[in-house]
Amino acid sequence: MKAAESLARRARWRWPEIVFWLVAFAAIAAPVGKHLILNEIAILALFALSLDLILGYAGIISLGHAAFFGFGAYAAGLICKHVTPDPTIGLVLAMALSAVLGLVTSLLVLRGSDLTRLMVTLGVALVLHEIANALSQWTGGADGLQGMAVGSLLGAFDFDLYGRTAYAYSLTILFLLFVLARRIVQSPFGASLMAIRRNSLRASALGVPVHRRLIAVYALAAAYAGAAGALLAQTTAYVSLDVLEFNRSADVLLTLIIGGTGWLYGGIVGAVVFKVLQDLLSSTAPQFWLFWMGLFLVVLALVGRDRLRALVARVRL
Amino acid sequence: MSAVLETRGLAKRFGGLVATNDVTFQLEKGARHALIGPNGAGKTTFINLLTGVLAPSSGRVFLAGEDITSLRAEARVRRGLVRTFQINQLFADLTPLETLSLAIGERLGQGRDWWRRLGARGTVAREVDEIAARFGLADVLDVRTDTLPYGKQRLLEIAVAFACAPQVLLLDEPAAGVPEAERRDILDAIAALPADVSVLLIEHDMDLVFSFAKRISVLVDGALLVEGEPDAIAKDSKVRAVYLGESRDG
Repeated sequence: MKAAESLARRARWRWPEIVFWLVAFAAIAAPVGKHLILNEIAILALFALSLDLILGYAGIISLGHAAFFGFGAYAAGLICKHVTPDPTIGLVLAMALSAVLGLVTSLLVLRGSDLTRLMVTLGVALVLHEIANALSQWTGGADGLQGMAVGSLLGAFDFDLYGRTAYAYSLTILFLLFVLARRIVQSPFGASLMAIRRNSLRASALGVPVHRRLIAVYALAAAYAGAAGALLAQTTAYVSLDVLEFNRSADVLLTLIIGGTGWLYGGIVGAVVFKVLQDLLSSTAPQFWLFWMGLFLVVLALVGRDRLRALVARVRL
Repeated sequence: MSAVLETRGLAKRFGGLVATNDVTFQLEKGARHALIGPNGAGKTTFINLLTGVLAPSSGRVFLAGEDITSLRAEARVRRGLVRTFQINQLFADLTPLETLSLAIGERLGQGRDWWRRLGARGTVAREVDEIAARFGLADVLDVRTDTLPYGKQRLLEIAVAFACAPQVLLLDEPAAGVPEAERRDILDAIAALPADVSVLLIEHDMDLVFSFAKRISVLVDGALLVEGEPDAIAKDSKVRAVYLGESRDG
């Protein structure tokens, strides 16, 4: 009786969450001018959400998460050029392909300890980067993949120059995938991931098949990252090699760390802070914005996000 | 009576060190059996071999007549061979509610369910309440595990193992480090375990061993020294020699 209530309460939507999503969707109707950066934020948030699934919930550290982002971007680009211009079909296909890549690479990544994982994820991303570079007849190599004629969304909404449709599209996908992720982390499957992250020996002593669960969540996260890459490709109608750069893997890790791991909103908060700071700093101090960014990260690490989180948690009640 | 858990010629060598030496052992169904031995006798290695954390160098392990030697740890748990840990291995920032729901859900085969909410299906919530009541955890279900008093954490450790519906429960020093005031709760909880659960207690504390066990095995230097009724063990000269630190052969 008591447990049933508590378990139900655990999964309930809290009002700040609802307010957040209402505001995010209301921003679609905002005057033109900020939609391009909002679109970038939504895409980065989805990418960081993907990393949160493996790092925050399953405890798999990755320095090469851009592998899936970039793979999804190229997949969406090539599908658009050679299969169908329809963005939603392209997105779904790109996600499916990224999941397959996640499944295959999980077999390499999940062996060994954290340090091994760092190296292997990094290596996989580097390998993909070089493959994309080498297959220039397909990917355009260093010139990037050009000539994507992305169809209108659901056959009704064209992508405009100001990014309003793009933002609405990316935000909707982010929201849908977020809701799915929220369900997943609150399911028995999600609970078993949390147990594995904290103590995998103990998790297996409860009968949790640790390895299989990790493979599943890694493939899932790959699909999410692939979706983020596909959104970038479709909303900018262009894919360049930098979708697979190391910088992108590092940025998404920073983004997630800014927002905090293991509560799903960390990726979103981090993406807002990261992109807004980047935007502000690069316009006010173009030469030195990385300096301020670095300073911010050092301060954040030293002051401790936990104190900020505690504040948020108090509001959430 | 039939053996529910059995080892035949079980051995584990780490390089030149023989941690478990040809142990042939039977745990009867419904047993209240204790495994004792001085520090370094190989009790922990033996547990790890039983539960599948370590693979034996030679010998077999049987659970209810089935050879489980090559099964992984989690597969053994699902067949009902469950252990607790000497030092708490709980999920510090999860609540007892979450931990127990997870264990029960996993046992009911819900662990692959990624769509429905934890505890939404079947008997999970009801079982959590039952187990919480049995182990005196009902009023702390929503408290973070690492903020619980140590005695409650030890109870949760046992409760979580119990939630896996064990045929055989291996209790690894369940009362170690628990303050005197909370000890009673743990002894009571162990005494109140259902009779059909076969229990192997690994313990240093001789009061607990002799109040609980109907049968005792003594492990020394990785090998079974002697096995018998508590009275016989208490009188056994070899056991006394080991525990009183008197010199022994070899």
